[in-house]
Amino acid sequence: MNPKAPMNASRPLLEVNGLKKHFPLKSGLFGGKKGYVYAVDGVTFAIDKGETLSLVGESGCGKSTVGKAILRLIEPTAGEVFLAGERIDNIPISQLRPMRRRIQVVFQDPFSSLNPRQRVRDIIAEPIVNFGLAANGSELDDRVAELMDKVQLPRDAMKRFPHEFSGGQRQRVGIARALAPGSDIIICDEAVSALDVSVKAQIVNLLSDLQDELGLSLLFISHDLAIVEHLTHRVAVMYLGKIVELADRRTLFATPHHPYTKALLSAVPVPDPTAKRQRIILHGDVPSPINPPSGCRFHTRCPFVFDRCRSEEPQLRRVAGGQMSACHLDEVPDVAVIPKAA
Amino acid sequence: MTSSTLMASGLSVGDVAAAPALPDVLAPRKQRSRIGMFMYRHPTIFVGGLLVALIVAIALLAPLLFTTDPTALAPARRTRAPSAQYWFGTDMLGRDVYSRVLYGSRISLIVGFSVALLASVVGLTIGLLAGFIRILDTVVMRVMDGLQSIPGILLAIALMALTRASVENVIVAIAVTQVPPVSRLVRSVVLSLREQPYVEAAVAAGTRTPIIILKHILPNTLAPVTVQATFICASAMITEATLSFIGAGTPPIIPSWGNIMAEGRALWQVKPYIVFFPAIFLSITVLAVNLLGDGLRDALDPRLAKRI
Repeated sequence: MNPKAPMNASRPLLEVNGLKKHFPLKSGLFGGKKGYVYAVDGVTFAIDKGETLSLVGESGCGKSTVGKAILRLIEPTAGEVFLAGERIDNIPISQLRPMRRRIQVVFQDPFSSLNPRQRVRDIIAEPIVNFGLAANGSELDDRVAELMDKVQLPRDAMKRFPHEFSGGQRQRVGIARALAPGSDIIICDEAVSALDVSVKAQIVNLLSDLQDELGLSLLFISHDLAIVEHLTHRVAVMYLGKIVELADRRTLFATPHHPYTKALLSAVPVPDPTAKRQRIILHGDVPSPINPPSGCRFHTRCPFVFDRCRSEEPQLRRVAGGQMSACHLDEVPDVAVIPKAA
Repeated sequence: MTSSTLMASGLSVGDVAAAPALPDVLAPRKQRSRIGMFMYRHPTIFVGGLLVALIVAIALLAPLLFTTDPTALAPARRTRAPSAQYWFGTDMLGRDVYSRVLYGSRISLIVGFSVALLASVVGLTIGLLAGFIRILDTVVMRVMDGLQSIPGILLAIALMALTRASVENVIVAIAVTQVPPVSRLVRSVVLSLREQPYVEAAVAAGTRTPIIILKHILPNTLAPVTVQATFICASAMITEATLSFIGAGTPPIIPSWGNIMAEGRALWQVKPYIVFFPAIFLSITVLAVNLLGDGLRDALDPRLAKRI
């Protein structure tokens, strides 16, 4: 699968199996259910130790919901989540705490992800205190100082409040907090999307360095394919609550299979004005996740749509090597497909 | 710094030596002391705070401010006009209005501050619980809706009718009417804070719910509650005076501004000063507390200023 990830464990570190999250739509005086928002509708993937899996897709495709459901910040509707072989999606919240130590999260907005009334030291110390990982105050201070070194923040920043920092520095504080309990996997929910390009690069490099140093696994949720290409091992492309393509980085960027992936990749700006490339421009908006289209969810915007797409939902299946794609076209490679007139 | 400034104004580095001294028109920036700066930035907090401090000082130092016993009767000297001896005159029982007004400030302040504190603490507790426990939310908020549908003053009168007249009962009766708005405010703040990524991060970091409420939610609700408390304080003082005025509040033996006005009402057309002085004091105190609240609102949360 991934050459860089060590394969010492028999099972992957994190397994997500058919994860679903349907938000009920309530209406009226008595809160009768009107329907559901099918935010995540059957997502399956696995992450090995030391591996980075990126979850990419347009906004609203459910990628952040996947992250929150894994963390149990929202309760998944169906599906299974395993952490190191242990099922964590259905155990009571009270028994969840040991798991929380191993999975941490870094959020998108560096301004609202830190409590404005807490000092940096207390923010980073919180998980350490929660899990009783420091015997006394001085040990706690040492651990916090160590974490601040790891994320390359000056140690005197400990006594300061979040508003005294820049976005990039705040994100470093967030990363230090995520590392604090000695976590195995960090879910980066659009962790660099709110940052300036130069700061973005620094944070991405910091994450890669930390991964190499600590053997961390990362679930990197992003819409930014340029960043994803820079740091990921594997990529899962999501569209309307489903994974449409899953492949290792090189394969996905070189030979995308699913029409949606192709469209996404063709939209990535290339820093060469003379480069000739074929642009696939999608028309229309993403359909509503309340009434997802029948059959293939992408059929309303797919340039290669044919009858079967409208009625039958394609399954995610292996197309070549480790590459998985959910498209009927993969089954009929010999048929000459003519793009629909735009 | 200097050279870069000059370069920005179009001079090259070589001109630095020859550059003329800065013209005199650029007067040095006005330096303000820290207190001056605070006054400049938050004039309403300053004025309101100063007035509140003054009233508090008057209430505390009432015995030292040339007052006599505010309840001492002197029928022979009744309804005297303000003079050098009786600054605010005397009422129909010969009691010194000046002394009564000064001692009356104690009642108003005690009622105002106690109600603000009591309503804030109870409202905070209810709001925090309602914001976190969905079942409780539905029940408690409907009860609050019910309470709010009754005019505050009527509810306070009804509650006073159930007990005997005393300052403590007045405080409780007014606080009951003020709890719903506070709990509503706190609940709404809690509901929005719960969705904040730092709260979610704390949940993910294994922080238990009570600690999340104490460390992440409560500190961030204090600013709006403080602002609300000042407004409650002001309206409680008015409600207390109203209750006393209609005889449903503080017992008549205690000089409160409402009582003084109620007693002076009969003589309003011939001896207006008996009503006038307590009314002026009440107005100034309420104005001061409201100014303080307005200033705090703007200083603590600019977004809230637009919403209320």
